[in-house]
Amino acid sequence: MKQLMLGNAAVARGTWEAGVRFASSYPGTPSTEITECISRFDDIYSEWAPNEKVAVEAAIGASLAGARAFSAMKHVGLNVAADPLFTVSYIGVNGGLVIAVADDPGMHSSQNEQDSRHYAQAAKLPMLEPADSGECLAFTKAAYELSERFDTPVLLRLTTRISHSQSAVEESDRFEAGVKDYVKDPAKNVMIPAHARPRHVLVEKRMAELAAYAEDCPFNRVEMGGKIGVICAGDTYQYAKEALGDGASYLKLGLVNPLPVNLIKDFCARFEKVYVLEEMDPVIETFCRANGLNVEGKALFSLCGEYSPELIASVLLGETAEGITSSLQAPGRPPVLCPGCPHRGVYFVLKKLKLTVSGDIGCYTLGVAAPLSALDTTVCMGASVSALHGFNKVRPESAQKSVAVIGDSTFMHSGITGLTDIVYNNGHSTVIILDNSITGMTGHQQNPTTGLTIKNQPAGKVDLIKLCEGIGVPSENIRVVHSYDLKGMEAALKEELAKEAPSVIIAQMPCALLKTVKHAPALRTDPDKCTGCKACFRIGCPAVTLNQNGKCEIDASLCVGCGLCSQICKFGAIGGAHNA
Amino acid sequence: MHSMMLVGVGGQGTLLASRVLGHLLLNQGLDVKVSEVHGMSQRGGSVVTYVRWGKQVASPTVSKGGADYIVSFEQLEALRWAPWLKKTGVMVVNTQKIAPMPVITGAAAYPEGILEDLQANGARLVTCDALPLALEAGNPKCVNVVLLGVLSTLMDVDETCWLDALRACVPAKVLDMNLKAFELGRNACR
Repeated sequence: MKQLMLGNAAVARGTWEAGVRFASSYPGTPSTEITECISRFDDIYSEWAPNEKVAVEAAIGASLAGARAFSAMKHVGLNVAADPLFTVSYIGVNGGLVIAVADDPGMHSSQNEQDSRHYAQAAKLPMLEPADSGECLAFTKAAYELSERFDTPVLLRLTTRISHSQSAVEESDRFEAGVKDYVKDPAKNVMIPAHARPRHVLVEKRMAELAAYAEDCPFNRVEMGGKIGVICAGDTYQYAKEALGDGASYLKLGLVNPLPVNLIKDFCARFEKVYVLEEMDPVIETFCRANGLNVEGKALFSLCGEYSPELIASVLLGETAEGITSSLQAPGRPPVLCPGCPHRGVYFVLKKLKLTVSGDIGCYTLGVAAPLSALDTTVCMGASVSALHGFNKVRPESAQKSVAVIGDSTFMHSGITGLTDIVYNNGHSTVIILDNSITGMTGHQQNPTTGLTIKNQPAGKVDLIKLCEGIGVPSENIRVVHSYDLKGMEAALKEELAKEAPSVIIAQMPCALLKTVKHAPALRTDPDKCTGCKACFRIGCPAVTLNQNGKCEIDASLCVGCGLCSQICKFGAIGGAHNA
Repeated sequence: MHSMMLVGVGGQGTLLASRVLGHLLLNQGLDVKVSEVHGMSQRGGSVVTYVRWGKQVASPTVSKGGADYIVSFEQLEALRWAPWLKKTGVMVVNTQKIAPMPVITGAAAYPEGILEDLQANGARLVTCDALPLALEAGNPKCVNVVLLGVLSTLMDVDETCWLDALRACVPAKVLDMNLKAFELGRNACR
């Protein structure tokens, strides 16, 4: 029976049907649901690793031990895992190894829109790219056969629209791949120069064999139709079909590395004009041009952002459609920190003290927006801590006026090494760990500090205080402050910033969206006391609104009673339970 | 081929509504795609879900001027996404207003007269004050299913199919509340 399935869920289903026994990942939009869905299959051991490098290395170990293994991440996660990726390409696999990487064209939830196909080329690995949920399932299964047949890890490339679209899939049973024998083989598995040199030769031979295989593999197909030739893959295949329908002919690529040179040449020979439709970088187009094919691509389409059916129809056919127009301007609705978010009060204090704030990746990056406007920088996971160290080494006077903010999960991912740098190199920086007891932005995944596994079973728990002490932060410079305690946070910051030593302030309060968090009743405003001064708007809470009389009004359907606004109100106008 | 968009504010329950629609349409024997975006935009930002169905669906997304139906969970979002509504399309609008942060901070004003303006520009609107009905059903979170009730009066699908889809997608412990919300929505615009 057909059923609707998210692309990410279909990848998960594919791993189960392929007989995968081990999955290790770090969450990252738009890849997160793959591993969440895998965790519901009891036949697969699954885990959240502290970061993508660890996840891929763990999956490599499982593969070498003989099991089919899997890891999933977002595009920037593959940067973190690039080190093992490039070398496991030389080693190959024992049990099949598939690494799924989800790109985010248009940056719906990312800090850049890099194109992961470059990794397949650079690390010399085959890469499959599905175009709907049915292919997500089928390609994942096929990737394991490819992996074991060619003795190579296989990359599975997804994009946001494939990961987060549901379409119909047909399920089938699990193939019991078992666990293959493990045989010690240092020449294959120990990458010292003497071993790696002959392995590199084999890698190049493997790529040549894969390129020959690509010519008539089941992943690439030609669909003959009208006189326009289109080469595409993944989501752009769907956009092109929508925009051009039978008016075009398609070379739909499922194996996007290595590319099939003869298949592409034969296809191009049939048409006067061939367009390569690919989001982000001109990977296929460059390949075509290098092979003397005069295709059209990025001269017509942008390197930036997503493609769409309307973009393709407009550029290739000159067709545009119009909907309902209005003379009214709609103000933007950017994402915001939730009502009751433990990060809000911390940012309020940082702004009040006019500190330079080195930011990081997570929900708390939203602190950049008005009215909190608290962040100075955000680069990548962990950079808050290490970049602050560099900043303060060049401007020693800024150590007393600057902090890094990093979430608990992000600190475990990449913050520990940055803090080590501060301690080891006699830095004086102050780091705030925003400990909300969960990985928030990606939708509540457990992490090494929460004491629970991906299946919500009891787990080893990293103690942040002891960890920081172990690195060498003086015990007296490690403070725990309740995230809602504005005065406590301000006092702790002033004390720690004044010290000429590394400090860590752990701002602790679970994410307000966690089901285990019990909320206080909604607050209310006393209209007689409210002067309409709008001080309470400075915290940027969606529940604090202005009524028609120019006075503060708390939206009881949103308010969770955190009390930040009442701490700020100098007139005692906000307080009490709504139903009191 | 039909296209629908569910638009609203992150946290209003558009994902459950799209799951119900996907189930409903697949059971009509149609090809269906449902596309949503997770992650950062969900945190109180403007959110959109695309639902497309027909004999064979290619693109998971809907183009400007391409939506046969838009279900807007909030007035400002109705204005924002109106350019995606076909001139022959219909828009279900929850009349609830939720101020976005630029309005709360005073950097922008919430536009007046959105519904009148859209109608003056040719949009066919079906409006519903869904929040009181959701509260009547038992929980403000039922706004999504109230709006599905309104939508059900505009689509050519039997009520029993809708109820089957709700039973299949809504968690058992809140099913009765949601069935009530659906009926309240269904009767609100008759």
